[in-house]
Amino acid sequence: MNGFQAPKIEYFTVSPILIVLGVAVLGVLIEAFVPRARRYVVQVVLAMAGLIAAIVTSVMVFSRLNPGSDSPKGGSIVAEGALAVDGPALFCWLLLLVLALLAVMLFAERRLEGGVTSFAGQAAALPGTEAERQASTQGLEHTEVFPLMMFAVSGMLMFPAANDMLTMFVALEVLSLPLYLLCGLARRRRLLSQEAAMKYFLLGAFSSGFFVYGIALVYGYAGSMGFAQIAEAVSGQTGSDGLLLGGIALMAVGLLFKIGAVPFHSWTPDVYQGAPTAVTAFMAASTKVAAFGALLRLFYVAFGANRNEWLPMMWIVAILTMVVGSVLALTQTDVKRLLAYSSIAHAGFILTGFLGIRSLAEVPGGSLTGVSGVLFYLTTYALTTMAAFALVTVVRDSAGETTALARWQGLGKESPLVAGTFAFLLLAMAGIPLTSGFTGKWAVFAAAQSAGAWPVVIVAVLASAVAAYFYVKVIVLMFFSEPVGEGPSVTSPSILTGSVIVIGTAATLVLGVVPGALIDLLGRVGVFIR
Amino acid sequence: MISTATTVLTEAAHGGHVPVVDPGSAGSLALPLVLVIALPALGATVLLLGGRRTDRFGHLLGTATVAGSFICSLVLFFAILGRDAAHRQVSLDLWTWFSSGRWTVELGLLYDPLSALFLLLITGVGSLIHVYSIGYMAHDERRRRFFAYLNLFVAAMLMLVLASDYVGVFLGWEGVGLASYLLIGFWQYKPSAAAAAKKAFVINRVGDIGLALGIGLIFTTFGTTSFSKVSQLTSAASAGVMTAIGLLLLLAACGKSAQFPLQTWLLDAMEGPTPVSALIHAATMVTAGVYLIVRSQFIFEYTADARLAVSIIGTITLLMGAWIGCAKDDIKKVLAGSTMSQIGYMVLASGLGVAGYAFAIFHLLTHGFFKANMFLGAGSVMHGMDDDVNMRHYGALRKAMPVTFLTFTMGYLAIIGFPGFAGFWSKDKIIETALAQNPALGICALIGAGVTGFYMTRLMLLTFFTEKRWEPGVHPHESPKVMTVPLIVLAALSVLGGLLLLNDWIVTFLAPVTGAAPHEEPPLPAIVISLLAVLVVAVGVALAWFLIGKRDVPREAPAKVSVFTAAGRNDLYGDAFNDLVIVEPGKSFTGGLATFDRSTVDGGFTGTASALAGLSGRLRLAQNGFVRSYALSLLAGAALVLLALVVVNLG
Repeated sequence: MNGFQAPKIEYFTVSPILIVLGVAVLGVLIEAFVPRARRYVVQVVLAMAGLIAAIVTSVMVFSRLNPGSDSPKGGSIVAEGALAVDGPALFCWLLLLVLALLAVMLFAERRLEGGVTSFAGQAAALPGTEAERQASTQGLEHTEVFPLMMFAVSGMLMFPAANDMLTMFVALEVLSLPLYLLCGLARRRRLLSQEAAMKYFLLGAFSSGFFVYGIALVYGYAGSMGFAQIAEAVSGQTGSDGLLLGGIALMAVGLLFKIGAVPFHSWTPDVYQGAPTAVTAFMAASTKVAAFGALLRLFYVAFGANRNEWLPMMWIVAILTMVVGSVLALTQTDVKRLLAYSSIAHAGFILTGFLGIRSLAEVPGGSLTGVSGVLFYLTTYALTTMAAFALVTVVRDSAGETTALARWQGLGKESPLVAGTFAFLLLAMAGIPLTSGFTGKWAVFAAAQSAGAWPVVIVAVLASAVAAYFYVKVIVLMFFSEPVGEGPSVTSPSILTGSVIVIGTAATLVLGVVPGALIDLLGRVGVFIR
Repeated sequence: MISTATTVLTEAAHGGHVPVVDPGSAGSLALPLVLVIALPALGATVLLLGGRRTDRFGHLLGTATVAGSFICSLVLFFAILGRDAAHRQVSLDLWTWFSSGRWTVELGLLYDPLSALFLLLITGVGSLIHVYSIGYMAHDERRRRFFAYLNLFVAAMLMLVLASDYVGVFLGWEGVGLASYLLIGFWQYKPSAAAAAKKAFVINRVGDIGLALGIGLIFTTFGTTSFSKVSQLTSAASAGVMTAIGLLLLLAACGKSAQFPLQTWLLDAMEGPTPVSALIHAATMVTAGVYLIVRSQFIFEYTADARLAVSIIGTITLLMGAWIGCAKDDIKKVLAGSTMSQIGYMVLASGLGVAGYAFAIFHLLTHGFFKANMFLGAGSVMHGMDDDVNMRHYGALRKAMPVTFLTFTMGYLAIIGFPGFAGFWSKDKIIETALAQNPALGICALIGAGVTGFYMTRLMLLTFFTEKRWEPGVHPHESPKVMTVPLIVLAALSVLGGLLLLNDWIVTFLAPVTGAAPHEEPPLPAIVISLLAVLVVAVGVALAWFLIGKRDVPREAPAKVSVFTAAGRNDLYGDAFNDLVIVEPGKSFTGGLATFDRSTVDGGFTGTASALAGLSGRLRLAQNGFVRSYALSLLAGAALVLLALVVVNLG
């Protein structure tokens, strides 16, 4: 018997995760020890400082590992094989951390609600009771949202870097649980918000169950949790095929649920609508990035060898997702639900890029692969979506945000700036050239078409035409319809929300006009290690 | 630049008759080339971002930028005119839009004889229409915005014809679509205008799908989308792929150029201000489809099937447009039908291959002159008639508006093909070429010319001749100078446009782009065909004279009309066709999907929201049920995924 051998952890390489996790724990302590009046400032400053520190260390890790170099192994396996820090993982980290920073700014917005955040004053108080009224007159607010969010971010960072099935599952749960809670914390329309949280939790738990079962089956097939070992087993075709196929299917369900792909999308509209808009923005942008990162790694690294067996299934899912997302968006009457269905459609477009899987030998050096196409689309989509939801928070009436589309009529007259910016973001989502939406679509469609998935690409082009129709419908509504009744009003936000809108819109424009540098970078880093 | 090896290959395979795009460097032309686009783009930016501060001089700035652009176009034109034919193509790389390994999209400009003519047309006619709009929009409080949109349009249209890459064309293509959408719906207080704008946008998207897929197919086939590289590779591609690309590009052209079966938006687009109809929906944007086909000659030359499809579509549209033109009472809609019809001639010509390309462009230019002239003339008439568009309320306007009448007459004589006028030369050439290549299509084109004579004469008679049928209180008057001067210039061009054919100048000039056609003998001597065309037109004119000029014109449109008139009035049931074939099935599909989603998946979530007020107890019960059904759908999804995996791997 040997003595206890401590696992070897490469602290520097995983420092971004550790910093975010540390900030989250520190945030909990702050809730216990810092006086109520100062908590908000301390939490916001801490969260932002932590995220910036994590961004800086990510960049340092990036430059040390240099995944873009021509050396055969761009990246390293760390923490006893639990995490793979390579090009795609590092790119996801940077993107996630930037998105989290923007989300913190949205969470911290206080001017729109007249001096308090948009989260419930006292979540434990039942809606419509005296306790709730008291909480709101005292101006209470939950600053716990910041540590909760940091926990979620740490899970998201782990998710696309997870190199074995257990780590991936842990990451999935770490990112999901805080999100369930955050969804239920809206200050206004609390029943709707709590209902959303409950639904999200129940269905999320259900889908996690599928995921775990899938893990068990794949473990039974390969005899190992590690992706590298699974890949070996798959290419060696050892073991029973039934176990493997079942495992792939069930693990796919778990991940496709998080992505919001059809037929696992039913939670998306309800949760996006019910959750506080800042949380929706965070979820819509970051969860998609993390989950697609994980999906890419699992299917490309572990199951890449038998892709011909699962690709047809993914074709079907991608087609269904695009068609159902775009078509159902046509009949929506609520802005947040509309954006939710549009996010489903976008998930389908990203899945189209995911179909662009080819073995390394087939890909000419430096050309666009499925991985880089998907990562590029995720970048463009996440930043545009963040700005769009941030804009939704500033259109308000006396009862809070006005998300009914009918109330957005004539917004162009009330505030040409807000309506104009929103119209620009919608055009980007529709994929009009010179916006990031166009270059993003081009990237994923090209990747898929090079891999021979042209029927999906045709459906994708058709679906994006349908999608353009409902985006334009909103633009028509804002500019060409007369306001009904009092009409919507635009509250001017503080610099926090303002900068999120500006950054997101600027990124949408810049990535549309000069996407070259980013595509070039992704072309070089978009390779997984094993 | 092409490698020598490919050149040899190309020429060996096809005798070198299909010219490749092989531009030299722009050199000293770079500055005017950039300025041509940059000026209107700058104008649009300043006017849109400057807000009300620019109200005072907005219209002047907007006009000045386009005029500046026109001067640059002239400089460029004379610069390449001084070179020999082999060195008239120049290109300028702006920046690499995206690049990844072998896959690169460069945003660059290509200036050659084809773009040169388009540049002159867009900026020249554009400048005149800007000047005219100063007067026409004088009393509109959003005049600055109007000029901003016009500038935006000009910039996008120039991008479209100057891009050196299909993706660049797509950029301009979407840009003109957006500008057209904004301008059709410019009078947003009119619900009909908003609806027309939306319709134009949607139908154009259908065309855009064609372009997007076409570009995608070009990219997968050739690994590049730049004109010069694609044009070197097309000779080696398979005929099937070329036909597919050709048909997709034809779909794109149908959307933008209002060709059958995507023609219905153009008639509704007349809701926009009249200068917009003149510039975008007559002279320039709607001809983008013709440009696309002629520009892609290196694709169409290798696919006779796609070329035939192009010609047939053009012929169908030219007859449909003429038919619709006969039945309408709205002066702008008659002109819109006529635009469809004339573009049909151009598309027909561009489908005829090397022999037709140059004549398609020739007709495009002359049509740009005379149709812009007549649209602006119609605007001038409406200006004097308190914005009434119904020709049954006009009559005898020749005395009240002499300048408008005279200039309009020049346009009229040009479009019906009166000998000597611009339209005579250009249309005659198309009919002649069509008869030589495909007599059936040629005869249809000949019939179309006769119908053109009929409906244009009807328009002239109803508007300027016959007795007064004015609404009470209307006092027609001649328009101000700022509007009549552009009319006079355009009228002069309508008369003289035929000079472009002097010595076959336009054919020789375009030859580096379109290729030179071997001379084909028409079935009849050219002079006989010309006489025949004039004769057919004369019959149409005479028919109009006896049916309309000799009778009383009722102020109300008669309700009891023949099937043909009724069909024409209803745009040949284009909307009904779309409804039946696309909208209704689409609706039931959406509806079905939505119902499915609502009843089985989506639950009454919206109901939940509205039930919030006080029903929380029952709500919770209901809520559990809904999550259960969500979970059920999740389970069904899992089963589907598993099934998909198993089925594939058993098979």
